Amino acid sequence: MSFIEKTRAFASRDKVYDFLIPEPVFDDSLDTRHGPILYLEDISVSFDGFKALNNLNLYINDGEMRCIIGANGAGKTTMMDVITGKTRPDSGSVFFGQRIDLLKMDEPAIARAGIGRKFQKPTVFETLSVYANLELALSTDKRVWPTLFAQLSGSEKEAIDEVFLMIGLMEQRHRLAGELSHGQKQWLEIGMLLIQQPKVLLIDEPVAGMTHQEIERTTDLLLALEGKHSIVVVEHDMEFVRSIARTVTVLHEGSVLAEGTMASVQNDARVIEVYLGG
Amino acid sequence: MGVSKLLQGDTGGQWVLGVLVVLAVVVPICNLWIPETSFFHVSTYTVTLLGKYLAFALLALAVDLVWGYCGILTLGHCAFFALGGYAMGMYLMRQIGDRGVYGNPLLPDFMVFLNWSELPWYWHGFDQFWFAMIMVMLVPGLLAFVFGWLAFRSRVTGVYLSIITQAMTYALYLAFFRNEMGFGGNNGLTDFKEILGFSLQSDLTRIVLFMLSIAALISGYLACRYIVSSKLGRVIVALRDAENRTRFIGYRVELFKLWVFVFSAILAGIAGALYVPQVGIINPGEFAPLNSIELVIWVAVGGRFTLYGAILGAVLVNFGKTFFTAALPEVWLFALGGLFILVTLFLPYGIVGLLRRKKALSS
Repeated sequence: MSFIEKTRAFASRDKVYDFLIPEPVFDDSLDTRHGPILYLEDISVSFDGFKALNNLNLYINDGEMRCIIGANGAGKTTMMDVITGKTRPDSGSVFFGQRIDLLKMDEPAIARAGIGRKFQKPTVFETLSVYANLELALSTDKRVWPTLFAQLSGSEKEAIDEVFLMIGLMEQRHRLAGELSHGQKQWLEIGMLLIQQPKVLLIDEPVAGMTHQEIERTTDLLLALEGKHSIVVVEHDMEFVRSIARTVTVLHEGSVLAEGTMASVQNDARVIEVYLGG
Repeated sequence: MGVSKLLQGDTGGQWVLGVLVVLAVVVPICNLWIPETSFFHVSTYTVTLLGKYLAFALLALAVDLVWGYCGILTLGHCAFFALGGYAMGMYLMRQIGDRGVYGNPLLPDFMVFLNWSELPWYWHGFDQFWFAMIMVMLVPGLLAFVFGWLAFRSRVTGVYLSIITQAMTYALYLAFFRNEMGFGGNNGLTDFKEILGFSLQSDLTRIVLFMLSIAALISGYLACRYIVSSKLGRVIVALRDAENRTRFIGYRVELFKLWVFVFSAILAGIAGALYVPQVGIINPGEFAPLNSIELVIWVAVGGRFTLYGAILGAVLVNFGKTFFTAALPEVWLFALGGLFILVTLFLPYGIVGLLRRKKALSS
């Protein structure tokens, strides 16, 4: 290009200068501007030929409380395994917000990014005190050397106390976690998730094996969390689902069969046929 | 954190450390200043024997940290012990200089015997004490790092991990037997003369080595105690009990295991380096898979997950071994096997557990 052409191009009326173009944002912060916080698209997982998940598409909105129901083998736990990085899907994509690709991260990284998971069987550290259980779960520097020299700061102690109030185990704080009742263990495990201040809580069968009073307390606990976190609850107990659910998703043979309010789902002919069984 | 804070609530540990401090004062006096004819005289043989037990106790401590606390049942920890021992042995060999049978100023006797004309490259530097001391820690640490990195990253756990640790020590056992390895083949390294210019035969050197063993054991105990009472200590107990839960609250479990494994291997290496000058020999027999299994028995007998239980177990079982192999040599292996079965069946927490139960019953 000759000098005169360059000058013309530089001065032309519709010239857009590079520095005026906004930089595209490619950082890995959580972006939920479009609504959903979890995007599961076309997920397929098979174990030895059995399709646990079959082109599953599921979107969880930021701040919503979602219940997932389905018969045994419908793929509920596998779905949680995929989100938390325990199982790699054969195909499909999992995004946390619009930008964070969960398939590129391992379990601890996903947990640190803000997705907490409660297992089906209550899993707490039984030989440690209840207090230590929460201390370990605290979201701090979790690398090896900082952990060796870690001391609890004042604000961290407050955070622990706050969670104790929420889950109602203040009196049990110095007991060994192994001595707690089944229900108390479940609450402690939920507390261990809460103290990490997760964006998303994945809760697998929170009321299995609980007494009626315990179920009521769990319901209150989860309802109190609504809006602060996005919560995904997998549960068999229909009574419990009805008491907390806003939106219900029914899984069947690894994909979504129906989605909507409890009432609409219950009246769905396909759902009645395969799951509720009339 | 002060020593008193570290030992807070650790009655057993206070007792064990107390006994060690008393031994550190009494044994030298009884050996050096009380005449041999007196009843209170402690012979140099006994001092060396005690020193050996102390080295074993440090090794048992290392195993309790990885097994009792972190849940990694290692059946190859004697490999790290032996590597530390070999590093020390190489220094002691170079110290012999031209006083060997063949009088070669540079080459140890076994190399002259094999008609070697040059010192192998990996023997260089071992004439320096400081270099040998670094190797005592570096070589076991490095092996543990590489081994642990591969094993923990691929999530090998439980029985499979135990088996490959056995394989590791067995491989080293076979390798060190070979003359071409340059570590003295099946004879190992022996005939040591002096350490840092002090004769290894003199009573004073023996006493100093004994005191160093006590110092190492006490520092090792305090270091382990610091680790298990730190947050890291709670993390490793957590991953022992519920590995997945630990991973899902954001800890990179494999790095924690690796850290503890490497630390423990270094401790075992130091124990080996203290063992060799007192016993006067290191040979491939130390790598024998059976040794590592015996080591786990010491910890089980004493009581794992207590630290001081490991020290107790190591000393008691080895005392039993010294006694039985002299009095009833053919019974020893049966006694050891029986002991392990007994402890597994009736004393899951070892002698320490038994003492605790008694205390709980009486109160």
